[in-house]
Amino acid sequence: MAPLISVLILLAVAMIGVYVSWRAGRLDRLHTRLETARASLDAALVRRSSVALELAASGLLDPATSLVLADHAHSARSTSEGRELAESELTRTLRTVLNQPDFRSFLEARHRDGADELLDELESTAHQVFLARKFYNAAVARTIAARRRWLARVLRLAGTAPMPEFFEIDDTLTPSAMDEQGTDMPHLAG
Amino acid sequence: MRIGLVCPYSWDVPGGVQEHIRDLAEALIDLGHEVSVISPADEEHDLPGYVVPAGRAVAVPYNGSVARLAFGPLSANRVRRWVKDGGFDLLHVHEPAAPSLSLLACWVADIPIVATVHGATLRSRVLHVAEPMLRSALEKINGWIAVSEAARSTLVRHLGGDAVLIPNGVTVSRYEKAESLPGWPGEGGAIGFLGRMDEPRKGLQVLLRAFEEVGAERPGLRLLIAGPGDVMEVAGRVPPALRERVVLLGQVAEAVKVQVYHSVDVFCAPNTGGESFGIVLAEAMAAGAPIVASDLDAFRRVLRGGRAGELFDNGNAGDLAAAIGRLLDDPGKRAMLSAAASAAVRDYDWPKIARDVLKVYGAVLPGAALSVVSA
Repeated sequence: MAPLISVLILLAVAMIGVYVSWRAGRLDRLHTRLETARASLDAALVRRSSVALELAASGLLDPATSLVLADHAHSARSTSEGRELAESELTRTLRTVLNQPDFRSFLEARHRDGADELLDELESTAHQVFLARKFYNAAVARTIAARRRWLARVLRLAGTAPMPEFFEIDDTLTPSAMDEQGTDMPHLAG
Repeated sequence: MRIGLVCPYSWDVPGGVQEHIRDLAEALIDLGHEVSVISPADEEHDLPGYVVPAGRAVAVPYNGSVARLAFGPLSANRVRRWVKDGGFDLLHVHEPAAPSLSLLACWVADIPIVATVHGATLRSRVLHVAEPMLRSALEKINGWIAVSEAARSTLVRHLGGDAVLIPNGVTVSRYEKAESLPGWPGEGGAIGFLGRMDEPRKGLQVLLRAFEEVGAERPGLRLLIAGPGDVMEVAGRVPPALRERVVLLGQVAEAVKVQVYHSVDVFCAPNTGGESFGIVLAEAMAAGAPIVASDLDAFRRVLRGGRAGELFDNGNAGDLAAAIGRLLDDPGKRAMLSAAASAAVRDYDWPKIARDVLKVYGAVLPGAALSVVSA
């Protein structure tokens, strides 16, 4: 009898070990995905502020608008403390600039080449920020949920990795279109 | 001559730049010139006749706070039309590096431009990025004025070039005469202070310490304090025995402010630093108050090295208490300082300052137009 019990205990220990290591591996994969999502988000934000800065320096806008835009694009790019606030302020500034009365007719009257391309690029990078942030926050939510399970907590399966944080900013350049149409793809909302 | 003044900030929000432009415009009009001011304005009624509204300002975070500025195509078009219809000999823009009407005016105008820098608010970090955008507009400016040494050095450091230093003016006639507040200064004498109570650089803490000394020696002496800040917090800093002799008015209306200057035997400006000019000091001088002020460079200059007001060792409450005591004991000296202050402040009276500004206009106008400066 004794050998059979030993075998059963050994088997149980082995199964628990496999399960724990599978859970640890899953957490590890979640953290890797989180890092990838964060890198995409950072890249999208940097692209957005670069295009905003390019628009500010393009000579298409009046100098006062250029100055306000350059100020916020620059702070968004160079701030590490308070990044969410700086990025939100850039969004608000972009919204103010793009929704200025007479903005489109003013650009058309100036007959500058490249104006449309630049504005399209700005809108597309802003939309990339919106998508990348959505995916990043989803990854954060999944990771946090996995780390809160008691096994992960008791056995400290996440090791020393810091608890991930949501990235909350105002990032919609044209909020109404997306809300009303119920789609995250502006071209579908058309 | 016809002068167009450009104000970058909303006319209906109180501020130093707006007050400066209002006083300058009125002084120039009194000197016989035609003046039009363009300014953002949220409420278009109740504007003085010389102000042309340029539409609502937009609130944007700028330079660490939310500023109400006017920019964009609509504002640019309004400024362009105003310049075109105005037939001005010259434009005088204020704070041209702020992203608002002044910068737009430089951008669209094709006539001589004078610019005044007020604050030391240019951020080098932003200018580094934005300099190319500013350059072509600011290069049209023919002459620069700075209201303080700090403003001038900011300009020199970030944009190059140089500026003529013309300080802020004070409309002396507004302060010269007023009734004292009922019951002031009173038998035992009174000391006055005006300014932000919770801003250490205004030096109220130095004056409160001095009052502990000088108030203990003189049982009837009172201290009158006016200015924004937490009244209860300041009252808590006064020893209980002296508390009922310290009168805290909090923030007061313009008219009451003038009365405060006329309600005390000694007016005290204990600022510990950061004052480029000290408009409160100039107002107190205009009211003819006998003054005790800290010996900051700017104060020493305005007070004629001590002849138009007593100076004390900056931050030294004992020295301040002694100076206050000496003045309270010597009515003759107080009368002398009062007369000297009233005379010295004439240099900062708006009609005088406006003439200095006109000299700058004369310097940038083409030779043919020089004769109109005096008209």
